[in-house]
Amino acid sequence: MLSRTAENLYWLARYVERAEYIARTIDATLRVTALPAAYIGKTNEWESALLTAGVSTSFYEVYPEASEQNVVEYLAFSPANPSSIKNCIEAARLNSRSVRTALTSEMWDTINSAWLELQEVWGKGTSSREELARFLRFVQETSLRFDGSAYRTMLRNDAYWFSRLGLHLERADNTARILDVKYHVLLPEEEHVGGPLDYYQWTSILRSVSALTAYHWVYRETLKPWLIADLLILNDTLPRSLMSCYSNLVRNLDQIGVAYGRQGAAQRHARGVRNRLEHSHMDDIFQHGVHEFIQEFIADNSRLGEIITRQYLI
Amino acid sequence: MAVAFDEMNGPGGDLRPAYRELSRWLKETPPDALEYRRQEAELLFRRIGITFAVYGDAEAQERLIPFDVIPRIISAKEWATLEKGLKQRVRALNMFLRDIYHGRDILRANLIPDDLIFQNPVFRPEMNGQSVPHDVYVHIAGIDIVRVDADNFIVLEDNARTPSGVSYMLENREIMMRLFPDLFARHRVAPVERYPDELLAALRSVAPLSASAEPTVALMTPGVYNSAYYEHSFLADKLGIELVEGRDLIVKNDEVFMRTTEGLKRIDVIYRRVDDDFLDPLTFRPDSALGVPGLMSAYAAGNITLANAVGTGIADDKAIYSYMPEIVKFYLGEEPILKNVPTWRCREPKDLSYVLDNLSDLVVKEVHGSGGYGMLIGPAATKATIEAFRDKLKREPQGFIAQPTLALSTCPTCTASGLAPRHVDLRPFVLTGSKHVTIVPGGLTRVALKEGSLVVNSSQGGGTKDTWILDE
Repeated sequence: MLSRTAENLYWLARYVERAEYIARTIDATLRVTALPAAYIGKTNEWESALLTAGVSTSFYEVYPEASEQNVVEYLAFSPANPSSIKNCIEAARLNSRSVRTALTSEMWDTINSAWLELQEVWGKGTSSREELARFLRFVQETSLRFDGSAYRTMLRNDAYWFSRLGLHLERADNTARILDVKYHVLLPEEEHVGGPLDYYQWTSILRSVSALTAYHWVYRETLKPWLIADLLILNDTLPRSLMSCYSNLVRNLDQIGVAYGRQGAAQRHARGVRNRLEHSHMDDIFQHGVHEFIQEFIADNSRLGEIITRQYLI
Repeated sequence: MAVAFDEMNGPGGDLRPAYRELSRWLKETPPDALEYRRQEAELLFRRIGITFAVYGDAEAQERLIPFDVIPRIISAKEWATLEKGLKQRVRALNMFLRDIYHGRDILRANLIPDDLIFQNPVFRPEMNGQSVPHDVYVHIAGIDIVRVDADNFIVLEDNARTPSGVSYMLENREIMMRLFPDLFARHRVAPVERYPDELLAALRSVAPLSASAEPTVALMTPGVYNSAYYEHSFLADKLGIELVEGRDLIVKNDEVFMRTTEGLKRIDVIYRRVDDDFLDPLTFRPDSALGVPGLMSAYAAGNITLANAVGTGIADDKAIYSYMPEIVKFYLGEEPILKNVPTWRCREPKDLSYVLDNLSDLVVKEVHGSGGYGMLIGPAATKATIEAFRDKLKREPQGFIAQPTLALSTCPTCTASGLAPRHVDLRPFVLTGSKHVTIVPGGLTRVALKEGSLVVNSSQGGGTKDTWILDE
């Protein structure tokens, strides 16, 4: 297929996944900030939402303070924020238009309808929490529909695999970013382990990667920070864990390699990252420092993005 | 201006036979049911994303062309004549182009003034002596036809460069079949759906000699911001070929390749929807970012076929248009089946003085204009507009032609106050391959939605209709 087509499919999937992730982040933050102050302490959750979304620096170029209204506007609707939900959906639609021939009509319909709704219903943003909640649901449903229609209707060929690569790479980046911002509340040596403050932080983390229910099914335990870290980093059965993302990345890259009759740097690099995750234990990770581990992972992950681009997309 | 000929209710209000069933159906169908389906059609167009862009209009970067659900119907007999006339005309266009870029017999016969060719900006000296496979220059032609009475179809304009609109012919039919199955059941409408197959066959048949047995065809678009981008992606999809932009292509050793995830892949035929000027920055406009450096040299080497060929503009130029009857006779030795609109060439002093004296009755068009821009419609213009135009005309008479205002035929059309007659034209698409000239029975009917308006261009408030050729 055309390199540009592959590139568009890859970015299309990334934008849709990012829009959903930002929506989840806002949603999880709304829940925490709705709690009485005694439960959440003095931390500014909106500030940490910005960090999680990776747009803290650019935010302060536009706004003086991280109030709920400012952050929601910036994360959801601002044209100045390249990763705002609005910009993600617009970029997704532009990418879709460029590669319409590679999309199934169901995928196109999902993106195009979302784009139309964005303009017709959400053109002026939201004016109440209730409206905001409805908007966030709309974004998450769009992502689900898009993902589902890709899964159910696309031919299993390189177009599908490149689109999956974008999805899993973006997902791995998002999960790693939450961990990067919140790792300190997961450290077992924290003093008031199990206090109400941490408890709500933990549920918030799990919620933003839609893993709250999954946690209970996997561990059948009350929330323990090291188990949360284990779930998000090493558990292959959780679709948003780093491990699961890399299992998928390795598989999709292998499928491309087989179809093209050639393996390359992308396949080798992805396998390397996967192997490291596979042979890690939470104890070692905590001992060597969660923060360092996550930082290294984020760097590795974005490096894979660069290698894929060089090998296939330009 | 004479009273317009209505295609449903002919002169004297007699129902014309082709519209008999439609008329009956309209009487049976309550107006709100029609309105409901009209809205449904609009929704479908929006969801599918069938849009076009209007340049210089930031508000409506993507707009829908209004779709009118009342079909325009042409009888089998009428179509047979049209089809013969169109094939004849396109054959002549191709022979004319071959001649202009080679022996120039027609100039030596003094049928067309030399300067009309050589001083014409759309004449491409690069094409002199360049041979193209099977001598086909215009692989895809869109011929604009208007109707003035029961017997006469007249050619308004030949489009031999990159004519658009065929996606509307195909999508309008799809949507009509979805919304009005009952109406279809009462007619025998000739299908249009084989157009993509015929187009692909025509494109493959003109592949260069150096191509493999299974030539690779690609459609080249200026990109998503082009007004006809939807059509480009639609056609590439229906043809099952790659939709490429200039940046996807690279020329090596005079061969054209596309960049793919598996490396470079050779292309043999480019159905290009990019204007000549932007094809190759080394040959044409150096500032073009849409083109492919070296494409013209691969073309000259005979390793790539461009459809349509470079330099076809010289055949659909409005000044050349007025010579079409002579061109048909010269190359084919036949009388033209389709008439031209009588045309005054303002470059000729006698014609100019007539035009200047009768501006308020005439339509004056720029020789190189398109899309309905830059033209004067005398009967509808204010005095001031006419005077301003008069100055323009005097300054640069060779840039204009003039024609009488035609009483374009009308068809019943949905309006705010119920069904009413509106003026229409027709653009059938004529395909030329190595052996055959073919036309899918149908075309794009454009309708001027404003009461009394004669401008059908989509950029100026025109709409479209499904065009039914009855297959009796």
